Formats: sequence, structure tokens, C-alpha cells
Amino acid sequence: MRFGGVQAVRDVNFTLAERELRCLIGPNGAGKSTFFKMLTGQLKPTSGAVLVRGEDVTGAEPHEIARRGVGIKTQVPSVFDGLTVRENLWLAATRMHRGAQARAAVETMLERVGLSAIASRIVGQLAHGQRQWVELGVVLSTDPDLVLLDEPAAGMTDQEVLRTVELVRDINKTKALIVVEHDMQFIRMIASKVTVFNQGAVLMEDDVEAIMHSPIVRDVYLGKKAAA
Amino acid sequence: MDLVALLAIQVLYAIASLALMSVGLAIIFGMMKVINLAHGEFLMLGGYAAIEANRLGLSIWIAMLIVAPIVVGAIGIIVERTIIRWLYGRMVDTMLATWGLSLFLVGLTTAVFGNTTVGLSAPLGSFEIGQYRTSTYTLFVIGVAIVALGGVLAVLRFTRLGLIARGTMQNANMAAALGVNPNRVYSITFGAGAALTGLAGAVIAPVSGVFPTIGAAYVAKSFITVIGGGVSIVTGTTMASTLFGAVNQVATYVTTPVFGEVALLAAAIVLIRMLPQGITGRFFRGSL
Amino acid sequence: MSARALNVLGLALVAVVGIAVLILTPRLFDLDVVLNITVYMIMAVLALSLALVWGFGGILCFGQSAFFGLGAYTYAIAMINIGESTAPLILAVFVPAAFAALLGYFMFYGRISDVYLGVITLTVTLILFNSINSTAGPEFHIGSAKLGGFNGIPGIPSLNVPFFKDWQIDLEGMFYLSTTSLLLTYFGLRTLLASRFGRTIVGIRENEQRAQLLGYDPRAYKLTTFTIGAALAGYAGCLFANWGSFVSPTIFGLAQSAQIIIWVIVGGRGTLIGPILGCVGTQWLTAALGANAPSGDAGWQALLGNVPLILGAILVAFVLLVPKGLVPTIAGLESVFVRTRAGASR
Repeated sequence: MRFGGVQAVRDVNFTLAERELRCLIGPNGAGKSTFFKMLTGQLKPTSGAVLVRGEDVTGAEPHEIARRGVGIKTQVPSVFDGLTVRENLWLAATRMHRGAQARAAVETMLERVGLSAIASRIVGQLAHGQRQWVELGVVLSTDPDLVLLDEPAAGMTDQEVLRTVELVRDINKTKALIVVEHDMQFIRMIASKVTVFNQGAVLMEDDVEAIMHSPIVRDVYLGKKAAA
Repeated sequence: MDLVALLAIQVLYAIASLALMSVGLAIIFGMMKVINLAHGEFLMLGGYAAIEANRLGLSIWIAMLIVAPIVVGAIGIIVERTIIRWLYGRMVDTMLATWGLSLFLVGLTTAVFGNTTVGLSAPLGSFEIGQYRTSTYTLFVIGVAIVALGGVLAVLRFTRLGLIARGTMQNANMAAALGVNPNRVYSITFGAGAALTGLAGAVIAPVSGVFPTIGAAYVAKSFITVIGGGVSIVTGTTMASTLFGAVNQVATYVTTPVFGEVALLAAAIVLIRMLPQGITGRFFRGSL
Repeated sequence: MSARALNVLGLALVAVVGIAVLILTPRLFDLDVVLNITVYMIMAVLALSLALVWGFGGILCFGQSAFFGLGAYTYAIAMINIGESTAPLILAVFVPAAFAALLGYFMFYGRISDVYLGVITLTVTLILFNSINSTAGPEFHIGSAKLGGFNGIPGIPSLNVPFFKDWQIDLEGMFYLSTTSLLLTYFGLRTLLASRFGRTIVGIRENEQRAQLLGYDPRAYKLTTFTIGAALAGYAGCLFANWGSFVSPTIFGLAQSAQIIIWVIVGGRGTLIGPILGCVGTQWLTAALGANAPSGDAGWQALLGNVPLILGAILVAFVLLVPKGLVPTIAGLESVFVRTRAGASR
């Protein structure tokens, strides 16, 4: 993926199986978010291809890719700030259900992400952590088969992080996930396989423990306490 | 052969007047991302300023080249301090507020000067190309346009003020940290853009006369030139004016002036559709 | 009181007031007052068209007057040629809608952003104005209808009961038709906005990216909204042509476009009742001010009668001080007592 003179993503061969959970790590600027945007269709790759279940979706419009079962929780929470929590979830749920079914699905999701108490609040007025939960609820409401989470634990309290881990494990029972995170404890709690990005290419792909103890990875994260 | 020369001058004139009209707006939009829909009224006020100054006894050259820019520049600074500065970052609101300002200025001018067209006869007489006569004034306008564009380029490239302005526009916080007062830079830049617009209005006044609602004819053309030109102030304005001015003049020659206008507007729509970032959004990137 | 109950109460209130206006006005007032109120009703429909497109759809259209004018001119030209009003009425709605569909396709599928949308729609209005304004000669005609250029088209025959050419509508009838149209438009839009489509376009306005990532195609929704708005504006244009039996190119002018935008801003984006009130209020205000200033009069009187001056000042004041418009600002105060939702249409 080339932006003018910068090649943000240059050498990535990434495969994910059904219901696989993969963590994606790498220093800032490694190309992780760009990679996600290429998967969702927000960016059209300048070279290479994106295939969902064998179908080539390179260059397709974001809404077309979304309809094929790809959902993303973005790095900066992207929700409908002027609407209530319930309305946010409804807009997502109504893509899959109609009328009373949609409303019921909304109530179920409110329970699942623990937002029933604040369902009528305007999302723009919520705390950052709560907005993240709203976004998770919104993404899950369209029942995607691939869930992309871009820094889901960012800005969360320890308790919220635990809840997120629970949720991720729960999602993984039926769906594939790619999780971008910097919080190594979080990754340890959820991951099996980790891909490391660096400077737009895949550096390493291995079990979480192997990655944690790898001197190569540590060097790349120079200065960071990667293997705590 | 004479006809070709005549047409060439007319095309150059169309390009020059479009460029002159638009460069002030290009500075304001290009540097500050402010859409000033009162732009046409700044042109109009420049015309009135020149005509009034001339009526009060000043030479037409001083009225056009000195008084008009100063007057409209001052008005620009006032407008920036009272209206625009509250709306930075809110592009749509800026458009709406300046549209209101535009109506207000039209009303004000009508109240003060009345509805009729005031004129200024074009100085410098005419000259001949073979069997055709044309006004020498058109050459003057072309000259002013070249000098104005060149001047803007020079200021941006070679002066401290130009560098400070470019720096502040790109990153106000950094500039402030280096001791520059961003508010003052914004005021000066807006004022400079307004002054150039006033100059343009004054210079064009002898050709078409001035009346309070003349701004409407210019605002769309200036806008689409600026937006069609893209981010680079001088390069963009020059390229877009060349394209649109030529289209306008050729269409006018082949059909009627009205259709010439329509052709210009239509060409603009097509251009923006194909190059949403303007010409210099795709080509000549990084130029001034 | 819950938000939902408040909503129903509001609807009922509008219905009651609307029907009262409909029935009582011709009985209580002289014909010339009724005539004035009729044009307010017609303009209110126009205001609602932009309220839908911009207030709810988030599409910055600076050229809504283009569709208004196209509707008026289409009706005039078709009516003069055909003589019976059923087809002209349908055309007056269809032609602006078709034009909007084309323009909209060009703009939305070309991914043109906000600001540029405004400039392009503005430019289109100008093109129409310039073109029609210059059609003054007798050689400019469509069928037997002379375009008339800046002189306009006078003597437009009125609407008649569908298929009954001789049952033409009279002035009082125009009032009933216009007011009923306004009420139907208001309730129609309320229904539309409460539907899945309506709530989706509000979502797209709130966060287009998120709507896309959920699988909604914003381009299609915007195109549909834009077209519906144009159809409404065209219908208002047809009514307008009937009201004055006359159309002229100023209908395409920048001033007309500016007025529509002012109505929506003053009344409040994101509401329906706001633009109606903004429209009626602004028109009444300019008429009242203008009526008191004989031309050529200097001083305060002339200043107040100076429509562009006053409108311009109002627009600037509102953008700076009351950016959300009157109705949402007042509702904002009200929500100190009652919890209301930002997404509810009013």
C-alpha cells in the first residue's frame, strides 16, 4: 500500500483460518492500521489482493466487504455520537433483522456488552471506555464472521480489560478475530498465534510465548518492555 | 493572422482577469481553508473604492492600485477579527456566515450608493492590430495579473513573512511555540487576500462598471477556479485560470457570452468530478 | 413525561394547529391575507425539502432553488402546451427529481465531499439562472410556451381537478391545496424519518464511515434523499407557479437559494417544525419591514426595509450565536426538565 513516497504496507502474506484468533503486534508505524483498512476496503491496495473465503474483494467498497461478514472496531472509536446507545445498536442490528426481532437483538446485545443501564444515553456524552463497549456492541450486532479489533483495550481500566478478554474468548467460539494490541498482558490472556509487523512487512509469526522471548522482536520494540 | 492575434489577446485577458479575481481567494482558501462567500462583494467594494477615490480627485492609477487594496484589505482584517476567527475549522459554518456577510454588504452598498451602475472609463485608449481595434487597457490588466501572481509567489518563497505564514498555516501550535502569534498571521493573511481581491475589483471596474450585485457574477467563477486549481496558491490558480479562461473565451467566441459562462461552469463541474483535489492535488504537488 | 409521550403530544399539537389554520383562515381573514399565507405555506414545503436533504441527510445543497425553479418552469411550459393540468403537475415533480438523480449520481458516486458539493450545487443554480435569463427572444420557446428570459412567463393557467379541464382551482382553493400539501409533507416526512430509511440517513449523516463499515451504501442513500428533496421542491415550484400565475428566472437565483438555507438554519437543522417556523417567520419579517419603508427614504426606515442587509445580518448572527437554530436551542433549554433524545425528529 503506497501513499505517495511512503510504502506503508509492502510485504504481507497473511492468512487466517475460520474461527482463528490472531494477534497482530508491531511498533507504531509498522502498518497495522493500514493493513486493517485494506481488509475493510477503506483503502484500496495499490498492489496485491485481498481474498475473503477465496473471493477476491480487492478494491471493493467498504460496505460490500462489510456485507461479506467483516466487522471492525477502529483505533479511534467510530460510533454515532449524536444518537443513543440503543439507536447505535439498532442501526447495526437492523441490517440482520427486521422489526421486533431487531429490537430483541438490540436488548440481547445490550446485556452482552453490559450497557443496559445506559441504553438511552447519548453516546457522545459517554466515557471513553463506555464508547469502546458501544462500538464493540455495534460491530457484533452485524454478526460478522471476521472481527477486527484495533486496540480494544486502549484506555480501559483493569476490570474492563478482563471483561474484554472474556468477550474476545466468547466471540472466538464462533468467529475469527484479528486483534491489534500493544498491551502484552492482554495478548497473553487471549492469544495463541501472534504475527509481528515491522515497517510494512511481516517480521515473524509464531506462538505467543516464542514471540515474547524472541530477541528479534525485542529489538524491534527497542525500549519497550515487551516480555514482562 | 490579425484575428488570431486579437483572439489571443482576448483569451489572455480572460485568463488574466480570472486569475486576478481568484488569487486573493486562493490565498484565503489555500492557506486558511476558509471559504469566503463574500469574495464577490470584496471585488465589488474594490471597484467602488477606486471609483469613489477617483471621484474625489485622486488619479485613477492611485485609486485603483493603492486606495482600493488598502480599503478592502482593512475591511478584510475587520471581517476576520469579528466573524471568521470564531469559525476556524468549521468550514460549512464559515460558508454560511460569509454568505450572510455577502448579503449584508450588498444591502449596505445599495443603501449607500444606490442601485445604478457606476462607471469608470477605461484609460489608455485603444490600439490597432491590423483591421481590428482593441482596448490597450486589456494589456494593462494582463500585466497587473502577472505582477500580482509573481508578487505573491515572491512573498511566499523569499520573504520571512511568507515563510511564517506558510508555517503557521501548516502547524499553528508549532509556530506559536516559536514565538509567532498565529492570530496575527491569520489576520494579515486574510487581509492580504482581501487586499488583492480589492485590487482585482478595482482593475476590472473600468471594463464592466460596478453595481451592488455584481459580486454574484464573480463569486462562482472565482471559487471554481480556486477549487479547480487545488492546494497550491500560485500554480493552482494559474493552471485553473488558464483552463477555464480559455474555455470561456473560446466558447464565447463560437457562440454567445452567456453560453461562454455556462461552458466555464460546466467545465469546472467536470474538472472537480475528475480531480476532486483540484489540479495541483494531483499534478505539480508541493509547488507554491 | 417520557420522550415518546412528548413526541406524540408534539405531533398532535401540529395536527390541531394545522387543521385550525386550514379551516379558520379563509373565514377570519380577507382574501389578500389568505393569499399571503398561501405563499408562506408553499415556501414552507420548499423549506421542508431542504430540511430533509440538509438537516437530516447532511447534504449541503446550496442550489435547492434550482429544483424549485425547474418545477415551476416545467409546470408553466407543460401547462401552456397541454392545457390540462394532470400531466404538467406530474412533470413538475418528475423533471426536477430526474435532474437531481443525474446530478446526485454524478456527485455522490464521484465521492465529492461536503464543501465541494455546496459549490457544485451553487454553480448549477447559476448555470440555470444564466441560461434561462438570456432566453428573452421569441425564438426561445418549448412548443407554444415562450421562455421569456428575464421577463419570465406570465399568465400561467391554474391547476384543475385531474382530467376535468374546466374545474380550475381558485385563489381560496390554492390556499386549501397549499396548506394541505404542507401538512401532508410534514407528516409524510415524519413517517419517512421514523422508518428504517430515515434513521439510516441520519446515521450516515452522523458518521458515514461507521455506516459504511456496517454495510450501508451511503451513496445510494444520499442519492435517494437528494432526489426526494428535489421532487418536493419541484412540487412547491408548481404550486408557486399557480399562486402567482407567473415565473421568472429569479426563482433560480442565489438570493432564493440563500433564503431557503436561512430558513433551515434559523429554524434548526435536524428538525422539521424549525424550518417551517423559520420560513414563515423570515418571510413575514421581511414583508413587514419592507412594507414600512417607502423607497428613497433615508435613515432607519430604509435600513430596516433593506432585505439583503437584514437577512444577511440574521444569517451571520445565527451562525455565530445560535448555530443550532431556534427550535433545537429552545428544546435544549426544555430538556433541563425533560429528557429528550438528539435523534428524535420534531
